[in-house]
Amino acid sequence: MTAHTVELTVNGRAYRSEVEPRLLLSDFLRHELGLTGTHVGCEHGVCGACTVLLDGEPVRSCLLLAVQAAGHAVETVEGLASSAHQLHPLQQAFWEAHGLQCGFCTPGFLMTLVPFLAEHPEPSEDEIRHAISGNLCRCTGYQHIVDAVLLAARRLGAKP
Amino acid sequence: MKPAAFEYVAPEEVGAALEVLARRGEEAKVLAGGQSLVPMLNFRLARPALLVDLNRLGELDFVRRGEDGGLLIGAMTRQRRLEREPLVAELAPLLGEAVPAIAHPQIRNRGTLGGSLAHADPAAELPAVAVALQARLRLRRTGGDRWVGAADFFTGLFTTALAPDEILVEMEIPPPPPRSGWCFLEAARRPGDFAQVGVAAMVALDAEERCAEARLVYLAVAQAPFAAPAAARLLLGERLEAPRIAAAAAAARDEMAPRDDIHATADFKRHLARVLTERALARAAARAQGGRAA
Repeated sequence: MTAHTVELTVNGRAYRSEVEPRLLLSDFLRHELGLTGTHVGCEHGVCGACTVLLDGEPVRSCLLLAVQAAGHAVETVEGLASSAHQLHPLQQAFWEAHGLQCGFCTPGFLMTLVPFLAEHPEPSEDEIRHAISGNLCRCTGYQHIVDAVLLAARRLGAKP
Repeated sequence: MKPAAFEYVAPEEVGAALEVLARRGEEAKVLAGGQSLVPMLNFRLARPALLVDLNRLGELDFVRRGEDGGLLIGAMTRQRRLEREPLVAELAPLLGEAVPAIAHPQIRNRGTLGGSLAHADPAAELPAVAVALQARLRLRRTGGDRWVGAADFFTGLFTTALAPDEILVEMEIPPPPPRSGWCFLEAARRPGDFAQVGVAAMVALDAEERCAEARLVYLAVAQAPFAAPAAARLLLGERLEAPRIAAAAAAARDEMAPRDDIHATADFKRHLARVLTERALARAAARAQGGRAA
């Protein structure tokens, strides 16, 4: 099987790799680059756990081939926190509002919600529930996730 | 590795993609947004020898006004763009209203107009909307194009008029009739789930406020988009008032023969079809009359 060369950036860092065309972006991130923060749940586009940003827009990384990401910018949950000691405001709000229990779905929620909050700085509860309708969580019942997003939106809006 | 092995090409021009399909169309699959095909690859329900990826064909990503005042949309235009595009809201508001009902934002960021049409899932929104809009689809092969009306394009379950060496390149939507109103509604267990039933409705009024044209097209009730001609005929020449709308909604329910699926029983689908039709016609009529949407 012919290998294809993939050059892309992930969280701002440039990578170059030889991959089989059938390798999914989700598996490429985890197995080739060691970025295991992107979680793999259903692997057919239903659960949202593998959501990453492709050129700033959230997409399912299990429904993209790694070769298709060539020339594009990918962002994963590893790129959210500004340092090892400083969580992204949305991560901090998830922590404080108990927006996660087991945490398996959390990277997908975060990567769905970061661009959502940029587009909707003052979201209603209904808008939040629509925004996360493509992400499954089996622990929280979603209420604490909604609370966390409202908390993050208040804090992000309070900044100058 | 989830998918079985395949060869992969990502041409930069439509002509190059067509040349590959002319030689190897029978063993190839065309990859558009991948939101249906990649799950099938992951499950190995689809095992093509060759994948022809259209995602580098920038020439098929466009939304523009046609010379007749209609709307032209390239097949590789992402659904998310249709949702945000002012020209869609202006020239094909029925399409604009239906797009947010397609799955989730993450899916619409990748999913394309042409991919959804060519996949021809009977529960998908865009095929029913294309039929309701009386859109035409441009199919291209090496050596020429042909236009196919949307109603003739969908030939059955996941089956279309596309030949193995053809690519769907463009959809043309005619200008909306004067004094027309539209409505798209669907019922699903949760937002973004596959529809239990959906309806794309369009009505046009004459100078005496009577119905001059009516279109009702359903998704998820048959193997392809289902038009309800008997229900539409009941509206022609009539004022679109509540009793007449209720009669048409009942007629639509009675002329369809859905089957049970995992989302709803056949009886429930017929019930939903009647209720959604009544609401959709009332809203479409209000919009045609120029009033605020009900």
